[in-house]
Amino acid sequence: MSDSSLENLPKGWKSVPSDLGSDQTAFKGVQWGKAMMWIFLLSDTFIFSCFLISYMKGRASTVVDWPNTSHVFSLDFMGVPVPLLLIAIMTFVLITSSGTMALAVKYGYEKNRKMCGHLILATAIGGLIFVGMQAFEWSKLIHEGVRPWSNPFGAGQFGSYFFMITGFHGTHVSIGVIFLFIFARKVYRGDFDKGRRGFFTTMKSDYVSIEILGLYWHFVDLVWVFIFAFFYLW
Amino acid sequence: MSDEQDHKLEAKSDYVADASSVSTPDIDAVPAAELPDQELYHSHSWWTTYVFSQDAKYIGIQYALTAIGTGLLGLVLSWLMRIQLAFPGLGWLEPSSYYQFVTMHGMIMVVYLLTALFLGGFGNLLIPLMCGARDMAFPYVNMLSYWAFVVAVLVLLASFFVPGGPTGAGWTLYPPQAITAGTPGYNGGIILMLISLILFVAGFTMGGLNYIITVLQLRARGMTLMRMPLTIWGIFTATVLAMFAFPALLVGCLMMTLDSLLGTSFFMPAMVSLGEKLTHEGGSPILFQHLFWFFGHPEVYIVALPAFGIVSDLLSVHSRKTIFGYRMMVWAIVGIGALSFFVWAHHMYVSGMNPWFGFFFATTTLIIAVPTAIKVYNWILTLWRGNIQLSLPMLFSLGFIVTFLNGGLTGLFLGNVTVDVPLSDTYFVVAHFHMVMGIAPILVIFGAIYHWYPLITGRMMDETLGKIHFWITFLGSYAIYFPMHYQGFVGVPRRYFEIYDSPYIDTSTLLLNKFITIAVLIVGAAQLLFLYNLFASARLGKKSEKNPWKANSLEWQTPQMPPEHGNWGKELPKVYRWPYDFSVPGAKEDYIPQNQPPSEIIGAKVEKT
Repeated sequence: MSDSSLENLPKGWKSVPSDLGSDQTAFKGVQWGKAMMWIFLLSDTFIFSCFLISYMKGRASTVVDWPNTSHVFSLDFMGVPVPLLLIAIMTFVLITSSGTMALAVKYGYEKNRKMCGHLILATAIGGLIFVGMQAFEWSKLIHEGVRPWSNPFGAGQFGSYFFMITGFHGTHVSIGVIFLFIFARKVYRGDFDKGRRGFFTTMKSDYVSIEILGLYWHFVDLVWVFIFAFFYLW
Repeated sequence: MSDEQDHKLEAKSDYVADASSVSTPDIDAVPAAELPDQELYHSHSWWTTYVFSQDAKYIGIQYALTAIGTGLLGLVLSWLMRIQLAFPGLGWLEPSSYYQFVTMHGMIMVVYLLTALFLGGFGNLLIPLMCGARDMAFPYVNMLSYWAFVVAVLVLLASFFVPGGPTGAGWTLYPPQAITAGTPGYNGGIILMLISLILFVAGFTMGGLNYIITVLQLRARGMTLMRMPLTIWGIFTATVLAMFAFPALLVGCLMMTLDSLLGTSFFMPAMVSLGEKLTHEGGSPILFQHLFWFFGHPEVYIVALPAFGIVSDLLSVHSRKTIFGYRMMVWAIVGIGALSFFVWAHHMYVSGMNPWFGFFFATTTLIIAVPTAIKVYNWILTLWRGNIQLSLPMLFSLGFIVTFLNGGLTGLFLGNVTVDVPLSDTYFVVAHFHMVMGIAPILVIFGAIYHWYPLITGRMMDETLGKIHFWITFLGSYAIYFPMHYQGFVGVPRRYFEIYDSPYIDTSTLLLNKFITIAVLIVGAAQLLFLYNLFASARLGKKSEKNPWKANSLEWQTPQMPPEHGNWGKELPKVYRWPYDFSVPGAKEDYIPQNQPPSEIIGAKVEKT
């Protein structure tokens, strides 16, 4: 990409009409894969919005009372039930992994292969811990009798929405973790330095892929914040 | 235009001509390339060329053939239903089969035929060619998209072979009835339908990302957004709608799958079924309707906007005239697309939702009529004093305008709550949506196939067969749907598998039902002519010239016709103008292709675009 032709473009808001009015690309200097990820995430935002709006509607119109969430989600710590304990740790881990991901992107662009690989691995492990704790929370709730169709604490829809939405989010995290491991291997192997061709796509690898994966990862974290707010704080 | 103005234009072009003869001809300059040439995947075997192809043109044809094949099943189902309606005494169909056929016909036609054909078929074929790209941005993902679609179709068809057969819930799949005993396929077919839809959405998302990125990031040098053919604008906007509307369908399908398989109660209220209280309670059936129609209404425009775009191009090319109000057309497409997300509950006036909702949604619905009317006026003004060629694409385009207007006007009736309530669930509704989003887009599809067939095969389709096909299809559709409007007004309800002589049904209905059925059989049979034409012309058709319709858009300007892998040979095209410069005064030919440099057409009074 010839960056010189992109340097003279207008900045700030003026760039919007100028970019949209131009030929070739609407997002100047943005790699295709990155633009694709943004649009995919926009679409995914609609999926999660539909889930959460359905949840609000479902919660608002049940005939039985909604369970008391601070009671349901509390964890016994040295004999004392502490509400939100597990979830606070989970959220902390996930947000931290976003930080390591951001650093991985930075080191990737600096072609610091080792640091980049370590940080991606750290991110993947963070995600794995999150999924593990989620599995723990699910099994704890299941032991207490919460099922997708009913639960001893109140409206049956609680379990339905909880398992569906956290499950859908957990699937996103798990997919992200799988890709993080794959990418860690690719970074360590030097694929992005050598421009090694992809196994499926036969296209050359580039460090921008790490940023694209990072976008996905940050999105998954951001969605978690909303799920956290709607399920645990409401 | 006054003579004085004419004179000025001429003077200006004279000046340009002088300048070019003296100094360097930089009137041909286009902005420098921002990106290196796209790296392509080259296939090495028969499998990777024709089956798991990564070339958008092949994928487009694969999509189109799969969609048409599935659509034929939908057509046969409509025959079976009509025979049952015309001759209820025969006992031709079981009630349950009738409902299953209604459901499958609707879902197949809307999703697996129209959406797949317009976006997957024409989108893949035309976006790279018309934008001046070598291929889609992500050929591998594009290939996955097609195969996900194939799996979705297979899962859908598999539902015919499970115990209980396919679902008979109607294409809207409303719970609780869709998954409750008494509805055909309530525990087998519906699951396959939901899974098939989920797969379709996943596959479409992969394709849709490709279409959007290709349009936004892979255009040729000089190809600004406002120089794109309206076809691309229509397909692009429809894809954006799909990316934001399908999530609601996905979520609805997922929740209903869980309701059915796991026994959750997202949509299921407490119910008594077959004398027993079901275990479900506390769910909201209305929630599904909202999710479904938040997808369902944009879906109408996902089908309509590509048709709008394509028909604009066909009208312009075949009347040798500039499209009237190009910018207005673009903004109308975008405006309709945006508004389509705010009208969904006009499908739910009788659902029992708050009447104030109806008031709001009636208003937004009627506002959509404004950009839509702009489009219809602009099509007519494009034709006005044009050099109209009554070629096959033009005939179908004219048929589209009339049919779309018809269906659109009945939409105004149904958009008003007070008028809709008595007409709801009658044949008036059936007639309305078949006219506006069945026949109208299908006519455009036919026109588009006749128009772009040479681009795919290098041969023309047979004109005489095509004309017979057109007249039977066009007049036949009116024979089918006009009586249905009347039936709706006299109150014949839809989705009844048997309409017999009774004090509640007007006697004329019985006779009309026979008439409609005969028309359906004839129109359906005429499609066989089309199919014969489609396949036979690939071998027997007259060889086409390089640019048979003398069109301006880039897809006809490739070095080879039909275009080969990579589309453009060594060098990508450079674009100097929009694709609508027809019959320009002073030009040698009556068309100026988008990639013809200004230095070659000196003296032509081209508008700056």
